[in-house]
Amino acid sequence: MKRNPASEDSTAAFEQTLAQIGDGHYVLRLYLTGHTNRSLKAVQAVKALCEQYLKGRYDLEVVDLCDQPERAQAAQIIAAPTLVKELPPPLRRLIGDLTNTDRVLIALDLKPRKN
Amino acid sequence: MKKEIKKQTPILPKAPTGIQGLDQLTGGGLPKGRPTLLCGSAGCGKTLLAMEFLVRGATQFGEPGVFMAFEERIEELAQNFASLGHDLNALVAQKKLALDFVRVERSEIEEAGEYDLEGLFIRLGHSIDRIGAKRVVLDTIETLFSGLTNAAILRAELRRLFRWLKDRGVTAIITGERGEATLTRYGLEEYVADCVIMLDHRVSENMSTRRLRIVKYRGSSHGTGEYPFLIDEAGISLLPITSLGLKHPASTERVSSGLPGLDAMMGGLGYYRGSSVLVSGTAGSGKTSLSAHFAAAAAARGERCLWFAFEESANQITRNMRSIGLDLERPVRQGLLRFHAERPTMSGLEMHLVTMHKQVQEFQPRVVIIDPITNFTALGSVLEIKAMLTRLIDYFKQQQITALFTSLNSGGRAEEAPEVGVSSLMDTWLLLRDIESGAERNRVLHLLKSRGMAHSNQVREFLLTDRGVELRNVYLGPSGSLLTGSARGVLEAQEQAQSLVREQEASGRTRALERKRAALEAQVAALRAEYGVEEAELQRGIAQGAARTAMLASDRVEMGRQRQAVVKATLKTLKTK
Repeated sequence: MKRNPASEDSTAAFEQTLAQIGDGHYVLRLYLTGHTNRSLKAVQAVKALCEQYLKGRYDLEVVDLCDQPERAQAAQIIAAPTLVKELPPPLRRLIGDLTNTDRVLIALDLKPRKN
Repeated sequence: MKKEIKKQTPILPKAPTGIQGLDQLTGGGLPKGRPTLLCGSAGCGKTLLAMEFLVRGATQFGEPGVFMAFEERIEELAQNFASLGHDLNALVAQKKLALDFVRVERSEIEEAGEYDLEGLFIRLGHSIDRIGAKRVVLDTIETLFSGLTNAAILRAELRRLFRWLKDRGVTAIITGERGEATLTRYGLEEYVADCVIMLDHRVSENMSTRRLRIVKYRGSSHGTGEYPFLIDEAGISLLPITSLGLKHPASTERVSSGLPGLDAMMGGLGYYRGSSVLVSGTAGSGKTSLSAHFAAAAAARGERCLWFAFEESANQITRNMRSIGLDLERPVRQGLLRFHAERPTMSGLEMHLVTMHKQVQEFQPRVVIIDPITNFTALGSVLEIKAMLTRLIDYFKQQQITALFTSLNSGGRAEEAPEVGVSSLMDTWLLLRDIESGAERNRVLHLLKSRGMAHSNQVREFLLTDRGVELRNVYLGPSGSLLTGSARGVLEAQEQAQSLVREQEASGRTRALERKRAALEAQVAALRAEYGVEEAELQRGIAQGAARTAMLASDRVEMGRQRQAVVKATLKTLKTK
């Protein structure tokens, strides 16, 4: 589930990334702050969603900032919970408990935007 | 009981900013352990002030700080502050400073459900814990409002954030952009109630001036005015008008004005050290010459003198002073006299003030001359200039520098009202005046005031000779008018003539007396001679009388002898007798 961000072989990583974009691979990270009601809701929502729409083509990491506070700065986290869609581009940050499934799907480009 | 009493008088602890002037204005700094709101329009120096608070806290007061930037990247910040002489990266490496750029990109963010800003809290909390920060800057947290749409959540979270900062006991500065009718665009002043400082940047007469005002400082007295401040390579310097108090030392030492005649008007000793002297006068009345004497006297005492020339170049001054027999080149060569010549319009008032401060700090003079202050009128209103001069004078007094300011009175003005209106700030005020009479203009000097010393009330004539300035007594004419120049010369000649006459009269009288005595003596001699004659005559008369008696007697004897026969008996009788 975890991906090593500091890959030794950057070319290989780049190629892997390209391949992942090609086959619609998702890299998601969910940042939480402790075991709050909101955190639990968000974890449940994102897991359900991934299983339903991205089965077999996603990496999901759940980060509890209470345990790893140093990661908040690196990931530019302000709000909690925050789901960061790192791949495929563009980068998106979904903030909230992710209970608004429609918005989550739109943000993850799994549902066309209403215009 | 004792505890209660102690609780009743808690002194609000303060975190010094280390920024020149601001600590004096706030009576020691920002409220320690509480958030302070710093608001102002774009480009007025909020970020700089906030960063300086952290850098000085880290370097001077041993209080590490966290800077959370919402608008500028860390690299940009480091670059910007490198140009101001602060090496942020080094401070970060020493764990005295933590920089965190919070990127809020509206296009990346999607809101899906309920959230809070716990991420930000953890992030800030981590930075604080990592370096043991005592100070925090959030610059500008309002950026969140443009990135997040749920204002209700934001407001609640900001309120929580400020309370959290207080609970953590960090001294915080929260910056905010100025709003239309409110202090900040998003009303942050609602949450930060302890201290609010407003910065302002105004352009008037093509010169920009930055100002700082303390809108509110709960539980502390503070300066209430608008105080100009400067941003230069040394950072922010704020120059409060009076630094809230008049506490400068007052010396009893006296320094010569360079003119024995003028010193004599001040009890023979000259000005007090550290006092401020105003020399005002019309054009060409000798203000610069008087200043030059003062400078030369300082150099002769071996003291350094700094001369700010706003009208003439250094060369021009030394050349002109040579014409009245003053050599200013020698003290310049000896390093005792330094000229700083600049057109006043070169920069704004505040910049001038800072330049002067710097020059004084560099050269460490004991005497400063500013010639003239009136040229600043091109740069600001009378009030602004007065404020600037007040600060300058305060500074000079703190440093015990004797300062001489010249002020030009233009022709038609009331002569006792210098244009800048600073006479009340001055300890000694010399007025140079032209007196026109008898087809001449002559200079006279009045000592209008001189605080703390007995001083002459007399007007003196002020002469520029090739041996320097000379002060002469002024004569009153028959009608009570002043006599100067050739009229004075005439009077002097007249007085000389009169005294000659008087002298002659006196010697005449002596001679008359002599003569009289001689005459008397002659008379005495004559009388004596007369008496001698008379005496001789009398003696002769007496002698003649005796001779006649004798002769008579002998005559009788002869007659008797001749008549012997007849009168023998008679003769006998006579003989028996």
